[in-house]
Amino acid sequence: MAGSGTSDVKLLGAWASPYVVRARIALNLKEVQYEFLEEQFGTKSELLLKSNPIYKKIPVLIHDEKPVCESMIIVQYIDDVWINSGPALMPADAYDRALQRFWTVYVDDKFVPSLFGIMRSPTEEAKAEAKEQALASLQLLEEAFGKISKGKPFFGGDTIGYLDIALGSFLGWMKAFEEMNGFKLLDDTKTPLLCAWADNFCNNEVVGAVIPETAKLVELAKVMQARYKSAPPAN
Amino acid sequence: MVEGEIKLLGTWPSPFAIRVKMVLQQKGLSYEYLEDDLLNKSELLLKHNPIYKKVPVLIHGDRAICESLVILQYIDENWSKTGLHVLPVDPYERAFARFWAIYVDDKLVTSFIGILKATTEEAKAEKIADTHAALELLEGAFKKCSAGKDFFGGDSIGYIDVTLGSCLAWIKATERISGAKLLDEIKVPLLMEWVNRFLATDCAKRTLPDVERVEKYGRDLQVTRWNVVPAK
Repeated sequence: MAGSGTSDVKLLGAWASPYVVRARIALNLKEVQYEFLEEQFGTKSELLLKSNPIYKKIPVLIHDEKPVCESMIIVQYIDDVWINSGPALMPADAYDRALQRFWTVYVDDKFVPSLFGIMRSPTEEAKAEAKEQALASLQLLEEAFGKISKGKPFFGGDTIGYLDIALGSFLGWMKAFEEMNGFKLLDDTKTPLLCAWADNFCNNEVVGAVIPETAKLVELAKVMQARYKSAPPAN
Repeated sequence: MVEGEIKLLGTWPSPFAIRVKMVLQQKGLSYEYLEDDLLNKSELLLKHNPIYKKVPVLIHGDRAICESLVILQYIDENWSKTGLHVLPVDPYERAFARFWAIYVDDKLVTSFIGILKATTEEAKAEKIADTHAALELLEGAFKKCSAGKDFFGGDSIGYIDVTLGSCLAWIKATERISGAKLLDEIKVPLLMEWVNRFLATDCAKRTLPDVERVEKYGRDLQVTRWNVVPAK
């Protein structure tokens, strides 16, 4: 079932995309050997267009030549396939799983758009509003963390899991926006649990290897702000 | 598996609530259905879904689960030994099912609701084209995963079947309201056959509202909420 040769598993992605980081963290946690095929910013390869004709977006996981699209679907797929390798990314209990999924939908629907709204906002006013929405989302996620983690370091408990990956993959960009704008998104006084969680997450060896450097993201953000007024790096 | 009473908060026209009813029925689970009023949301709804304040919400014992696709997976996993699997067992097929369920909600639902909300002929034509395109892609998906069988789930109703199937009353109502043919046996022949088969199932008959009732409801929404001047 699980191939161990690098040619069995390929991941189409780009270094800066938090959605791609999600897939990479999952693959690394599960100790899966894979070939990373970097898409060039601003262009889409033949392989990408062929593997994801519907959305034409990264990441795409290609396992034994079969494509899997959408970052959290990829994470679940990795957890389902490499079931005997590395930690389980989803908890065993059905309700705990539902909570992981619910909050992941929340991250994608509410938190991420407000986060990137900070970069994309054309006026200071719009930027301030995006920032407030992002902070409000993080406050809800702080409360959720309190309930879901049950006193452990991650949303997944002792080890990094599905929701950790969903949210944590955005920490690189969060730090970049904090630096560029001179404000804090994660704050010791307002979101102490998430601050501790973020440190634990980024200090993890597997994560550290793939989270993009803040300085490089800041540089990219400036280029993007100058060039585009729309979408973040990728899906 | 956790025991306990099951309650479903929903509204009668909501495809998102209907698909949960479909799965509860497929699993042979008894539950209490509570009709909510979106213009006057109940205490129970606001308490159990404070974030989105939307239906459906599944209340199981002291647990509340929100978001229809999250609920479907919860039911499938919590009652994994009861009834048939809703999601496939094979990881690749599961990923395929999850992908297309999200596609139905992201692309198809927004397109046909867009037809109803359109205030100009151009906007309406665009949304009709989007709906046709989405249905054609779903035709392709059906061809791939049904492997010649009756449903997206193979021999039995599965995840994509209920996600798409729960929208059928609205799709037909939209055809009547807009005058546009959406389910076209020439453009999407396999899907049309699936539609007819699905509508003939007990699952569909017991959960889908009458198209006439949805049509009236849709026309009311156009006038009262979406500022659309009725065409006929």
